[in-house]
Parts: sequence; C-alpha cells; structure tokens
Amino acid sequence: MSAGTNRALLEVNGLSKFFHIGNKQTLRAVDNLTFQVGQGETLGVVGESGCGKSTAGRTIVRLYEPTAGEARFLGQNIFKLKGAKLKALRREMAMVFQDPHASLNPRFSVADIIAEPLDIHGLAGSAKERRKKVEELLDKVGLRPDHAARYPHEFSGGQRQRIGIARALAAGPKFVVCDEPISALDVSIQAQVVNLLKDLQRSMGLTYLFIAHDLSMVKHISDRVAVMYLGKIVELAESAELYGNPKHPYTQALLSAIPIPDPKVEAERERIVLSGDLPSPINPPSGCAFRTRCPYATEKCAAESPAFREIRPGHRVACHYA
Amino acid sequence: METILRVSDLHVSFAARGGKIRAVRGVNFEVKRGEAVAIVGESGSGKSVTAQSIMRLLPSPPSRIEKGSIEFKGRNLLKLPEREMEAVRGRDIGMIFQDPMTSLNPTMTVGRQITEGLFKHQGMNRTEARERAVELLRLVGIPNPEKRYGQYPHSFSGGMRQRAMIAIALACNPSLLIADEPTTALDVTIQSQILRVMKEMQERFGTSIILITHDLGVVAQLCDRVVVMYAGQVVESGTTWELFRNPQHPYTRGLLRSMPRLDLPKGKPLIPIEGTPPDLLAPPPGCAFCARCPEAMEVCADRDPELVPVGPAGQAAKCWLHHPLAKEAVR
Repeated sequence: MSAGTNRALLEVNGLSKFFHIGNKQTLRAVDNLTFQVGQGETLGVVGESGCGKSTAGRTIVRLYEPTAGEARFLGQNIFKLKGAKLKALRREMAMVFQDPHASLNPRFSVADIIAEPLDIHGLAGSAKERRKKVEELLDKVGLRPDHAARYPHEFSGGQRQRIGIARALAAGPKFVVCDEPISALDVSIQAQVVNLLKDLQRSMGLTYLFIAHDLSMVKHISDRVAVMYLGKIVELAESAELYGNPKHPYTQALLSAIPIPDPKVEAERERIVLSGDLPSPINPPSGCAFRTRCPYATEKCAAESPAFREIRPGHRVACHYA
Repeated sequence: METILRVSDLHVSFAARGGKIRAVRGVNFEVKRGEAVAIVGESGSGKSVTAQSIMRLLPSPPSRIEKGSIEFKGRNLLKLPEREMEAVRGRDIGMIFQDPMTSLNPTMTVGRQITEGLFKHQGMNRTEARERAVELLRLVGIPNPEKRYGQYPHSFSGGMRQRAMIAIALACNPSLLIADEPTTALDVTIQSQILRVMKEMQERFGTSIILITHDLGVVAQLCDRVVVMYAGQVVESGTTWELFRNPQHPYTRGLLRSMPRLDLPKGKPLIPIEGTPPDLLAPPPGCAFCARCPEAMEVCADRDPELVPVGPAGQAAKCWLHHPLAKEAVR
C-alpha cells in the first residue's frame, strides 16, 4: 500500500523540533520533515541514536510542541487543536513506548493501566463495563483475564509490552506510534510482539508509524520506510525499493552494516564501513549533514543542502548525486 | 591447535529471596588459541555469568560457584589465590564490557586507564607506558591519539569509548579477550567499526576471543565456533558454519526462524518461539526448553538430555531427538 493509492491519514509538512539547551545553543533534533502516512499503512522510520526519529514520533502525537511545520490528521492540523478538540484527537492517536519496564506505572494494577484511557475519555460507563473492556483488550493482546488484577513487576518484558499495546488500543485509536517497541526484548520474544502488532493492524485497521533501529525488523513490518540522519529524512521509498535499490550513501552504508545471521552470506559480503561518528545536532555540518562521513562527498555537498527530490515515483532521496 | 581455556561442568548459583537461582547449570566448552568463540543466548541464559566466572568477577555472596573447573593454560582459575588471579586479569585475560558509558572511570584520563595495567603487569616506566598507550589508541582507530591520551572519557563518543576499552583490554597482549556484548549499546555503523577492530586484533596478535552476544548476525560475522546457551545450559555447540546452516537443536532452529533476514525478500510471517524461559529458582526436571519446544516428546518433560555429538564437524546438541529411539517416541 502506498500513499498514492490510499487516502493519507497523516500529512506532515516541514515539521521541525528544536530544543534550546542553554548558552544560546539550539539542538536541531528534527529538521524540516515532510512525509505522509496512508490509511492502514505502516511507515517505518529508521536511523541511529540521535537522528531524531523518536522526537518526530513524539511531536506528531503532541508530546512535544513543534518548532515549525504542520501535521494534518485526516485534514485537521494537529498542532492547532486545543481543549475538547485536542482531547478528541488524542483518542485517535496512541503510542507504544520502547521500555516496557519504565512505561507502566508500577503502582497501578494492569486493569488500571489499561483502563486509564477509558477513564479519561469516559468510555467505560460502569465498573462492570470497564472490567469487560479490560478483559477484551487483554484477550486481544494474548494475555489472560486474570492478569488484570496483577501488577507490572509480575510480568516478563514481552508480557509488559503486550500490556503497553493493550493500553494504546484501549480508546480505539486509528493511528499508533510504535517507538522501538521491540528493542528491549529478547530475540525469541520480538517475533511474538511483531506478529501481534501485525495481526492487530489487520483486524482493527490500524495505521502505524514504526520507529526502530533494527532494519531487518523494519523491513519485515513496513510498507514504506523513511531513513533519518541528523534530524532529516535522507531517503523514503516503498520497503522493497528501499532495501533492494537504496540510493542514498547513508542508506547503503546502514544496510551494509547490518550483520546477517548466515556465515556464508557474511563471508561473501562486501561491507561499507563508515568512518567517524555522528556529528552533533547542535552544530550540524553545512550543506548535506552526511557529508562528513560520506565516501562520495564533494565541495558541492558542503556548500549546498541537497533537495529531498523524487527520483522515481514514490522514491525520494536527499542527495545531489542520487 | 592448543586449547587455552577449558570450562568443565560449571555450576553457578545466586542466593535470592525464596531460594537459589541456578544461573549456570553444568556448562562445558573450550577455546583454542587464536579462535573466536561466541556464547549466544537470551537474557537470563547464563552467558554473562559464565564469562564473569572465568574472570572471577562475581561477588560472593550472593553468587556461589557450586562446582566445576575453569582451566586456563593448565591452571584451574577457580582455585587460584586472589593475588594470583589479579595477575591473570588484565595480563592474561582482557575483558570488554557492554556499556562503554559506565565501565570506564570518569575521573581518570583515558591514557591513565590504559597505562594502569602496563605499570602493574609489565613494569614499564612512564615514557614507555605512554608510548605504548598512544600506539594502542592508534591501533584501535582513534584519530589524534596523542591528544586523546590526556582526555577524560566524557569527551569520547560511545564508539570511541568502546575503542578505548578495547585498547585497555589489549594493553598487556592478553591471550584471551572476553567481550561481553561489546556492541549492543552501539549503533550499527559503529558496531561494524568495532567488530572490524576486534577481527584485526585477533588476526594480528593471535588473541583468542570469547564473544558474548544475543545477536546471531554478529556471530556469523566474527566467530569461528558457537556455543548456544539456554536456561543456564549449553544446548548446542559447533562451528559457526555448521550451526547456522544445519542447526540441530529446536531452540537454535527457533531462534534462526524468529529473526527477519535483511537479505531475504519479506512476506513470510515470523515464526516466534512461544512462551518464556523457565524460572531458574526451580528449573524443570527434564529438558529446560521442553515447555516451548514444538517437537517435544514425552521423555523430554521427565529426563534432561545430555549434550551429544551430532554430525561430523564436532557439532553437539542437547536434545532427545538425537537419541536412536526418538523416531519411535511418543509425542
């Protein structure tokens, strides 16, 4: 599914989020993002730590106030909403967090955690109805009804992540931002949670923004993928196109850095090893942010910031030479 | 090739409220000179406890090495007096930890942390030690090593700190390097830099490596042999080549099936391993993987299988399926 064939659920235009960090310095965490997410689609966002992928997700659900830009959810600008309208919007958007140990209140029972959105939005009329809804949600995420009375510490990481998913789904959202939902989990548990997210997407018609640094998992779950570097999207394409035909030197290097669990493939692979570290988003390089580590960088790259242009239908790249 | 480390029947437990957590339950493996061996397993599988037992880093109590031996170059490390063990640490065996942010001393310059071992174990004077430390920093790929020598860890990035840790671990030319999840806290592009440095060091100095990890991709890239751990036991071991191409334990097969592969087209759903690992306060009497195993037989719940040789290349699996009677067994 691409945004072309489907009505966009979310349209983000020129979104920026800067943090003022004292000494008159500004950290440009998210810098001028433009993308769309189609209804029922999963857009994967990948990048290394500090690239702004989580900040982007959090800004879109208004956990942060944006510095510039707009995000339209079914046509209405998320950042302009206030009061009752904002509250109504919050029912439509939910978030699953990375750390299943830190994102559940240890003093709440599972029932209270999952029912919190129901209580806030007044969706559970009576205590009986509330209990029934919690049990339905537990069942949806593969937990048992009797788990409702327990507390988070009694659960394993994978089970806690299921509780976090049940809470995200409680108010019946259309759009869920999954911020590294599996990176804290063991390998054998990751597949359980990913399959659950995919099943729920199918049965409930959900749209996902799936943020992760694990490119293999993002490939598996996403319809389209955006690659971020230092606050900017450097490449965006359908999943098969991006992984099969990466055009940005950073995407190429990132894909080549992922180890593949097969010694034969590993022995035969050519690997691009990038030199150096990520530059600071406080004082990013001029022109193309990737040029300090790019094997193909030229003078033009230092002088001019590359446009995020479409090189094929649905495939956009921010590189002068792509 | 000469065997430099042999771990035999190692049992380690931790005292906890409600009993003893049996974290390592009869682990056997060996490491040859110049070889890179991976210990793979999920959290709680006992892989880090095994590594820390080799270095005798576990505080006791609560930990207790119940039985077994760890023979390093003919000496049982578990029987050495603490003073002799101090000489082994750093000089003969170097260690790299997962988190480069917290395992360096923030109050000492990076240079001093490298030279510490050189003064202690090699009796170098200040000039010699400084020269060697700068050389080591250059070797692990830190630009401008003379300047970096005098800086504190906070001015190093994550990847740079891990390089500095490798420099510290390699300072005295140890014959064995234990790397406990050395790249888990790092980004993939930095991970591939660090793995390259480790590979170079192995080839250049003939250092043996024990790599503790949960990432099978990293194993395929760096290691010659693999030891797969589950619930405190070795469930499969073999050459990397054989084990990945022809896994013989249902757990190993399950792990490989549950991971999406970057090099294969997507489409097929992932096959997860259902359930969770057993509670090591009261390990099950039979095979520890039995409750999650799609191929479990009746015998699996009652009796714990032995690690038996399978295949020609020295591969071994701890599974009843390799028993001659398994074909007729009740499922």
